[in-house]
Amino acid sequence: MQKSYLMRTPSLLIFLATLALFTVFVTVAADMGWMSTSFVKTLGKTLCLCLAAVAMDLVWGYAGILSLGHMAFFAIGGYMIGMWLMYARTEEIVVASLMNGGLPATPQEVQQGIATQIFGVVGASDLPTIWGFAHSLPLQLLLVVALPGLLALIFGWLAFRSRVTGVYLSILTQAMTLALSLYLFQNDSGLRGNNGLSGLQNLPGLDAVGQDRLSVWFFWASAGALGLTYLLLAWVVSGKFGSVIRAIRDDEARVRFLGYSVETYKLFVFTLTAVIVAIAGALYYPQAGIINPAELAPIASIYLAVWVAIGGRGRLYGAVIGAAVVSLLTTWFTGGRAPSIPLGFATINWVDWWQVLLGMSFVAVTLFAPKGIGGLFDAFAGLRTPDRKGAPLGPDDGSLQEQEAVE
Amino acid sequence: MSSILEVSGVSVSFDGFRAINNLSFTIGPAELRAIIGPNGAGKSTFMDIVTGKTRPNSGTVTFGERSVSLLKLSEAQIARIGVGRKFQRPTVFEDQTVTENLTLALKAGRGPWRVLAWRAKAADRARVQALAEQVGLGDHLARKSGELSHGQKQWLEIAMLLAQEPRLLLVDEPAAGMTLAERERTTALLVDIARSRAVVVVEHDMDFVRRLNCRVTVLHEGAVLAEGSLDHVTKNQDVIDVYLGRG
Amino acid sequence: MRRLIACLLAAVALCNIAPANAETAAEILAANGPLVEKASRQTIAPVIDALANSGDPAAAAVLEAWANKGLGVRKADGVFFLISPSPDGYALQDLTGADAGTAAKSDITELKPNAGVRGMIATALVQFTLSDPDPAKRRAALDSIGQDPKFEALAPLRASIDTEDDPGLRAQKIRLERLLTLRFDPDSMARVAAIYGFGADIGLDLRGALNPILATKVIAAAGDAPEGANVARELIPGRDLTDAAAYDLLVTAGLAPARLTLGAQREALLANMVNGVVGGVALADLDTQVARDRAYTALEVAGAVPVAATDDEAAAALAAHSFYDVYVEPDPAVTDAAKAELKIISRKLAAMQAADLGLDALSLASIYFLAAIGLAITFGVMGVINMAHGEFITMGAYTGYVVQLFIPNYTASIIVALPLAFAVTFLAGVALERLVIRHLYKRPLETLLATFGISIALQQIFKNVFGTQARPLTSPAWLDGALSFNDVVSISYIRIAIFVLALLFLGFFLWLMKRTRLGLEVRAVTQNPNMAASMGINPDRINMLTFGIGSGIAGIAGVAIGLFAKVTSELGSDYIVQSFMTVVVGGVGNIWGTLAGATMIGGLQKVIEWFNPSNTLAAQTYMILFIILFIQFRPRGIIALRGRAAGD
Repeated sequence: MQKSYLMRTPSLLIFLATLALFTVFVTVAADMGWMSTSFVKTLGKTLCLCLAAVAMDLVWGYAGILSLGHMAFFAIGGYMIGMWLMYARTEEIVVASLMNGGLPATPQEVQQGIATQIFGVVGASDLPTIWGFAHSLPLQLLLVVALPGLLALIFGWLAFRSRVTGVYLSILTQAMTLALSLYLFQNDSGLRGNNGLSGLQNLPGLDAVGQDRLSVWFFWASAGALGLTYLLLAWVVSGKFGSVIRAIRDDEARVRFLGYSVETYKLFVFTLTAVIVAIAGALYYPQAGIINPAELAPIASIYLAVWVAIGGRGRLYGAVIGAAVVSLLTTWFTGGRAPSIPLGFATINWVDWWQVLLGMSFVAVTLFAPKGIGGLFDAFAGLRTPDRKGAPLGPDDGSLQEQEAVE
Repeated sequence: MSSILEVSGVSVSFDGFRAINNLSFTIGPAELRAIIGPNGAGKSTFMDIVTGKTRPNSGTVTFGERSVSLLKLSEAQIARIGVGRKFQRPTVFEDQTVTENLTLALKAGRGPWRVLAWRAKAADRARVQALAEQVGLGDHLARKSGELSHGQKQWLEIAMLLAQEPRLLLVDEPAAGMTLAERERTTALLVDIARSRAVVVVEHDMDFVRRLNCRVTVLHEGAVLAEGSLDHVTKNQDVIDVYLGRG
Repeated sequence: MRRLIACLLAAVALCNIAPANAETAAEILAANGPLVEKASRQTIAPVIDALANSGDPAAAAVLEAWANKGLGVRKADGVFFLISPSPDGYALQDLTGADAGTAAKSDITELKPNAGVRGMIATALVQFTLSDPDPAKRRAALDSIGQDPKFEALAPLRASIDTEDDPGLRAQKIRLERLLTLRFDPDSMARVAAIYGFGADIGLDLRGALNPILATKVIAAAGDAPEGANVARELIPGRDLTDAAAYDLLVTAGLAPARLTLGAQREALLANMVNGVVGGVALADLDTQVARDRAYTALEVAGAVPVAATDDEAAAALAAHSFYDVYVEPDPAVTDAAKAELKIISRKLAAMQAADLGLDALSLASIYFLAAIGLAITFGVMGVINMAHGEFITMGAYTGYVVQLFIPNYTASIIVALPLAFAVTFLAGVALERLVIRHLYKRPLETLLATFGISIALQQIFKNVFGTQARPLTSPAWLDGALSFNDVVSISYIRIAIFVLALLFLGFFLWLMKRTRLGLEVRAVTQNPNMAASMGINPDRINMLTFGIGSGIAGIAGVAIGLFAKVTSELGSDYIVQSFMTVVVGGVGNIWGTLAGATMIGGLQKVIEWFNPSNTLAAQTYMILFIILFIQFRPRGIIALRGRAAGD
């Protein structure tokens, strides 16, 4: 009577197969020159955003925690890998130019040269303490997961311990993002203020490879990370753990009386997703080439929630579809390729009006199609929403709405 | 007689209103007890205190042979050491199936890592099946609990309570919204459970209490007004004045 | 001894410019003809002084004419005239002012003193203007002395005090005389007396006069401080100044040889490279500092490069010398007095700065309160999160801007803009409530997301319509300027106006909720919507009106904020998080809580800024961190609803 796990969740197999096919297609297309390097990068970045969205779905769709702070973790991941990329790349340049000077470089000279190169732009010439690990790829990779994980752990512990829930938690996470971005905007934060980190698309030691190959490699890495994470999270939500966090989403008080420590579970999910999102950021920014504090603008924190909502909350594939559709459309509209619409008295230029359309369509999805794009799959599979006379599926703020549920 | 729960001298007030006033209460390890009292007598607050939802201003609450103080524990910890609670309105996880609801409640490790690693074994599946059949939901295991009728949800919640294997059950108006037949079945079930563990039933319905045939505690204005058999307390003049006289 | 010399020098200086009363202006100019014609800053001083002190009643007019290109010299005989342009060339007057006919342009050389000379003339003129019959000129003269205090102004200033009949100017002159005395009087006792005479005066001018007295410079000396130096304190290298800075001082003073910089060492090594080896070290091995030092030392020994101080030598040189912070002012009595006076002042100043900080905090708190009060209504009363609240604030500010496009009078335009902004945002709020929020009651998280979507869209629409650059929203002239209590404590009128506006809104809100039918119905709907509905109150209508009023107040706050902040599409979003923090920290559902929250957040931000004034970004970061911690201890805010009413 127990069907195997894969049989019960056909979406997992379909998803992995689609991802694999897509990866093969992009690889071939890039090799044959059908696809420009920048478009491969766009697709690779989109996969990273999908990865972040999957994590967001776990925290918002499954556990009912509307975090507006996950983009902060995304950026921290980017900054951490960016520090190594920038340091190692600058080191190459500095060593090479000192070589031309006639003498082999001493470590102090190299250090000094790197510091001047990187921090001249903010008027400093010493390497800040937080760059202490930047010379080492393994250490900086460790920081990619350790720093956001630790931050999420501390913040989450403080917030969940005092039972901050619902909109309070959302506002608090938004405040955390704002605090981080204000901190990064300072020139003396040690991360180059509003200049951010740049030149991240050049991998140290791989100049000979060329951006066309690198873009494909990063695409593979992004696809691999997405596939593995999807597999992991599908496993996490399929069992009793998934059952517990969905229960917390709908009625956390009841879960407490069953003996589960709700705060521990929330902290677990919050931290796990923070780490996943940070990994997504660490893969994203080398493809974007530049990261600066503007990435933490208020709109960024809402994007994750938008992707999940447009894809459909509480289904992992929905988050992927939502992120892919919205971010590709954004690229298309803001890239200036979408045709303008003449209205006679004015012209709708999509570069200017896309954000308006996005905001409005998001409102429309919230109001009229809470299932988002995922609802189409339900309709296709013949699943209906239950008739509950408008009652949501639990008393909590984050609980599923009637329109989001499946009979 | 040893007791499993001992509440003594507990008081709690909300914005100056004393909901519980120097209340003391004990119950044995295998005893069935009914608590009755008019609205606002403090019945729900009493349950909130025992389950850790409300912290009293003064007094002690201890549980078990080793007299663990419940006042320092969180709701989840109290539930883990063996206090189960059934709410007045059925609260089950409506987006999840009957099986999932029961599995959540099954006695097992409650920490996130243990839960992540947990996979249903044959014994667990059998236990879920047995519990569901015990409350008449054997054929509904795969249904989402949100689709069940009100009474079925009540039963499901009772089954979840049993799955937790608590040593003390707090049951808030179990008969509300049930048909006569269902009430009789509930009575029988509660009496049966109370053979092996302590059960506290808060109830308005006198017929139901009579059928339970157990000791009754009458609460009034946050304190115990009378205690004894139903016949005994119904003859108590104070009880007649504040409660029965109006009904 | 030293003091005696100083006095003598001063006396000699005074003698040099002592008046030569015998001569008239014409005689002086005639005697110095070539010097005057080619006047330069370095050479002309004696002539100007002679003119100024000649006692000739015409001297002032001559000097003034000179400075204003009104003085000319006849090429033929070198006689000076006061000249003014006329149709034939120049109209001439002799130096006493008598008419002297006209002359062709080519006959006269017009004197064109350069800026430096003009400045000297102006200073010389001061003594005349200080006694000028026109009070405005006298005041201007005082201001010019105050801005550029000089020893030369002291004597004329003193002389002019007795004849001053305007009491205000007289006080000003006396104060200025004291300020000049404490800096320039040759008698140090007079200076000390002048310094102590001020007491706990916190005037900027006094601090401006005292601080130069305490100016110091760092000197290095072998052994004790040099004779006669007014030592402020001894500096220990490594503690009070870095070793490197101390050594640089020695090098500058010629007391030690220059250190070898890494760059110079590199050059020297490269220059002495022979067949890939330098100083016995192979090129490839020169990749550490130790190896390079070794190579350089080898070169030193061989005499191929100049000897540079090694670390040990540098340390020895530092140990052999002492470093002193020395007052430029040689007289210890004066510096002690100035120090003591500044201490008294700084104590009073600290109290005043605290008061000023308090005013700043109060005004910031009123701004936060204004921005948050609309939210307090929608979030606190209705439980509805409106992330587009910030855009309503922006909308109000833009309404003010548009009104000013049509009504150029700033006062009238503000009077029109305030109710209009309320009306515009009220309607926008009602529309938002009817179209979106109404469908999402009891779903606060979805409301948050949907209104966030609205916020994004509105912000972009503002950008498309009004552009990305800041638009002017100008306050009326009577709101310009500041109310100053003294040089430290002041508050701009616009901030007072905002404070008053905040108080008005507090009053309005209390009146609305406690004294009107609408307020009664709002409270009823808040507490129990079903009961309220059964009493004949239409909750739909109440919700709509409440939301409209909350949004309308945001619009008015927008006009107020726009008066001092840049009106851009991001105006409101800069305040949104702080506004939410205000409501959350204060306690939801209570206007006094919002007030307390605004006071706390405003005060806190100012205090943090005070610790680190250069960095308001850091102040905001720390403030948000503080709030996150604060919520740990008071999750329901400062003024919390307790017990069952809070929804436990």
